[in-house]
Amino acid sequence: MATSKAEELAKKQREISVAEFFEKNRHLLGFDNKRKALLTTIKEAVDNSLDACEEADILPEIMVEVIDMKNDRFRIIVEDNGPGIVKKQIPNIFAKLLYGSKFHKLSQSRGQQGIGISASVLYAQLTTGKPARIISRISKNKPAHYYELYIDTKTNNPKIVKEEEVEFDKDHGTRIELDLEGSYVKGAQSIDEYLKETAIINPHATIIYTNPKAEQFIFARATDKLPKKPKSIKPHPHGIELGMLMKMIQNSYHKTIKAFLMNEFSRVGTNTANEILEKARILPNTKLNNITREEAERLMKAIKETKIQAPSTDAISPIGEELIIRGLKKEIRAEFYTAVSRPPSIYRGNPFVIEVGLAYGGEIPKDKSATILRFANRVPLLYQQGACAFTESIIKTNWKSYGLQQSNKSLPQGPIVILVHIASVWVPFTSEAKEAIAHYPEIIKEVKLALQEAGRQLGSYIRKKTRVRDELKKRSYIETYIPHISQSLIDLLELDESTKILLNEKLKKILEQKRGKVKEVGLKAEDIEEYDETLAKIGRGETVEETIEEDEI
Amino acid sequence: MEKNTLKQIQNLANDIYKKILEEKPPELVMPLRSLSNVVYNEKDGYFELAGKYKKRTLTANTAKTFAQTLRLLDLSKELIKTNDIATKREAYYVSKNWGEARFKEQPESDAVMDDVEAMLEVNREQLGFLPEEKGGDIAGEITVIETDPETGEEIKHDCTKFVSGAYSIPSQVEDLKFETKANLVIAIETAGMFQRLVKHKFWKKHKAILISMGGVPTRATRRFIRRLSDEMKLPVYVFTDGDPYGWLNIYRTLKVGSGNAAHINKYFCVPKAKFFGITAQDIEKYSLPTHPLKDVDIKRIQDGLKNDPFVLKHTSWQKELKKLMKMKKRAEQQALAKHGLNFVISDYLPEKINDPKSWLP
Repeated sequence: MATSKAEELAKKQREISVAEFFEKNRHLLGFDNKRKALLTTIKEAVDNSLDACEEADILPEIMVEVIDMKNDRFRIIVEDNGPGIVKKQIPNIFAKLLYGSKFHKLSQSRGQQGIGISASVLYAQLTTGKPARIISRISKNKPAHYYELYIDTKTNNPKIVKEEEVEFDKDHGTRIELDLEGSYVKGAQSIDEYLKETAIINPHATIIYTNPKAEQFIFARATDKLPKKPKSIKPHPHGIELGMLMKMIQNSYHKTIKAFLMNEFSRVGTNTANEILEKARILPNTKLNNITREEAERLMKAIKETKIQAPSTDAISPIGEELIIRGLKKEIRAEFYTAVSRPPSIYRGNPFVIEVGLAYGGEIPKDKSATILRFANRVPLLYQQGACAFTESIIKTNWKSYGLQQSNKSLPQGPIVILVHIASVWVPFTSEAKEAIAHYPEIIKEVKLALQEAGRQLGSYIRKKTRVRDELKKRSYIETYIPHISQSLIDLLELDESTKILLNEKLKKILEQKRGKVKEVGLKAEDIEEYDETLAKIGRGETVEETIEEDEI
Repeated sequence: MEKNTLKQIQNLANDIYKKILEEKPPELVMPLRSLSNVVYNEKDGYFELAGKYKKRTLTANTAKTFAQTLRLLDLSKELIKTNDIATKREAYYVSKNWGEARFKEQPESDAVMDDVEAMLEVNREQLGFLPEEKGGDIAGEITVIETDPETGEEIKHDCTKFVSGAYSIPSQVEDLKFETKANLVIAIETAGMFQRLVKHKFWKKHKAILISMGGVPTRATRRFIRRLSDEMKLPVYVFTDGDPYGWLNIYRTLKVGSGNAAHINKYFCVPKAKFFGITAQDIEKYSLPTHPLKDVDIKRIQDGLKNDPFVLKHTSWQKELKKLMKMKKRAEQQALAKHGLNFVISDYLPEKINDPKSWLP
C-alpha cells in the first residue's frame, strides 16, 4: 500500500528496444505493408550502391534479383561493383541502426540518414528470422569477406552469426542477400517501375534486374560520363536546428565558441562570428564545453537574426536539360519534349536545384490527368504523390495558359508527362520514408518557375500546332466546297457539265493563292530514336491505385 | 416581276462565273441587315436602307456559305421557272440533298435566304420562298375577294359572318380585293383580346375591321393592312400591351418596317398607323395592375432610346419609354379586365377612339 505512484510507474518504465521502435514507426520508414517493404528494401540497397560507386568514381553496374520463395517470402539480392566496405565496418553498416557516413556531412547523395539498409535487415530478421548475408571486397589484392548478421534488438548492435573469407567474382563490390516477407506487384508503384525510372534518371548506370517471374531486364548505361561529383560542404548556419547545433558543439574538437562557428560552418568569417556572438551575448573565447543549453538557444536566435552570405552552390549536381529530355524520350513516345534546369536556390541555408521536363502528345493518353514523375537526388519517388510539394506546385501552375485543360485545384488534363527533380545537399522529405517533398515555399516557388518556363515553350508549341491544324482544316474545307460552287454555277447558267473540271481548277487556284506550304510541327512518334519499347512497357503498364493499402503485416 | 428576278439571278451567277474564269475571287455584295443601316424616311414614313453594304469574298472561310448561297439561288431559279413555291422549312429540307453543303439547322438556311433576298433587293416571295407562319386573323366590316386561278371565279369572304372564327390572311395578299364600309381598322397584339372583341361584336357598333396580329406582324399582315390604309383610306390603330416589346417590336415594325429587311420596308409597313395603347399614361390613368420590367425589357428600352431611328425622331415615344423606365413597370392588354371583363369594350376603346390626343405617332 505504501508504494508511491512514481514507484508503480517505474516498474513499467524501461528502455525501448530498436525492435519496438521499428515496430511502432514502420510506416515512417517505408515498411507499411508487404508490397512496400519489398520496394523499400531494394530502393535502399540500390541507392547505397549508386552513392558508393559515384563517390569512388566507378561507373555503376548493379545486379538486382528478386526470387519468389513462396508463402509471401522473397529473397532479395543486390550486388554492385562499388568500392566495397572495409572488413570491420561491415557489421556496423548493415546491422546497426543510424550508423552511416552520410549523416555527419552535407553533400548531395541519395541516402541521407543511414537508417535505410539496416532497417531492411531488421525487417527481414523480424519477418523471416533469417540473418542478412553480406559479401564485400575492397580490392583485387584483398579477400572477399562473408558475414551473416542479425541486429541485437535490445542493444542496437550487430550480432555476427558467421564470418569467413569467400570467393567473389568481382575485384571490388558489395553483395547483400535478404529474406523477407513481401508481396510482388506490377504497376506504377512496383520494383520494376522504380528500377526503370532509376535507370532513366541515372544514364551512367547499368542495372540488370531479374524479377520474381524470372524475367530479366537489362538497363544498359547510355553514357560513360559520371555525373559531376558533388562536393561536400559544411552546414550553413541558417539551415541548422537547436538539436543539431548542440550535437555539433558536443562533437567539435575546437576550443572556443568563435573557432567552432568559423570552422564548423560555411560562410562564417571573423566578422560574422563576432556579430552572432555579440547578439547572443556570449564572449568569443568562451570554452566550447562550457556552453550551456540556454546559451545555445541564444546562439540559435542570434544566428537567425544575422545576415549571412548564401551558401555556395557547387555542392549541387543537377542532371541537366539534355539528359532529362533523353531520359523522357527513352520511355515516352511524344511529339514534343522540353526541359528546364533552374539556377541554384536556397531554402533554410540548404542549396538546391530544381529541374523539370515535359513530354507532350504523341502516344500519351489524351483524356487523363497528367502523369507525374518525381525524383529527389536522382531517386524516383513512387508513393505519396498527393502529399508532395512538387504536386502542389504543378496544381498551382496555370496550365490553361499553356494550352492544357485544368479544373480548379487539380492536375492538368491532357497528353502530358511532367518530370520534376530536386537536387540538394539536404532534401526535405515529409517523413523518414522519403516519399514526398516537404512544402517549403522556396521549393514550391522554384518548381513553379521551372514549370512556367517549360510551360511557355509547350504553349508556343501547342499554339503552333493549332495554327497548322486550322490551316489544314481550311484546306480540306476548300476541297469540300469547291465542287458545290462549280455545280451550282453549272445549274444556274445551264453550262455544260464538262465545265466542272475547269471551274474546279480555277477555284482551287483562287483559294490557294495566298496559302503557302504547311510545315508539319512536332515529332512523329515513330521518329523518336531514343525510344525503347521494351523499357516503356515495364512497370507502368498495369496501374495499382495508391490508396490500396491491403496486406498489412 | 418573276422574269425580272430570274434575270437578276442569272446576272449574278454570270458575274461570279466570269470572275472565276479570270482567276479572281468572286464577291457577293449585299446591304447590311441591321438597325444601324436604316434611316427613317420621315416624309414617306418608313425605314429605308442607309447604304452600308457588306462584301463576302470567296475565301476558305466563306467557301461553305458561298456554295450554299449559290445552291439556294439555283433552287429559287427552279421554283420560279416551274411556278412553284417552297416554304422556308421545305427549302431547308431540300438542302439535305446538297451533301456537305447542306444546312445543319433551319436558322442557317433562313439567314442565307435573307442574304439572297437582300442581295437581289427583292421580297422572298418573289424568289419562290414562303414563310411558314400564316398571317393574322380578320373579323368585322370587310369582305375579302379572291379569284380562283383555275376557274377565274371570284370567291367572297364576308368577315361579318363569323361567330367565333376568323378569316386568315394568306401569305400572298397582292391579288386580294376588298369591299368595305368600315370607318377604322384596329390591329390587336393578342388573339385573346381579338376574341373578346369579336365575341361581343365590337366591330358592329364602331364599323371596324379587327385584325389579330399574334405578336410581331408577318410581312403579309403588314402588307394587308397597308393596302387597307392606302386603297380603302382607312385609319389604322394599333392596340398592344404596355411594354417595350409591344411598342418597339410590334407597333414600330408594323408602322415603319424592320431593320432586318429594310430593302422591302417600303411595301411592308403602314406609315399612317397610330398607336392606341396601352401607354404609360394609361397605366396611371386606369391604375392598371402591372408586372415589373424584365432585364430584356430594360435593355430594349435603352437600345431603343440609343439606336432606333424611329424613336430618335419622336420625342413623344422617348417620353413614353423614359416614363416606363422610371415606373419600372409594364401592363398587359388583359389588365383592363380589372375594371370588368368588358371594360375594354364599354370604356377603354371608345374613349381612345374619341380622344386623338391619347394616340401616339
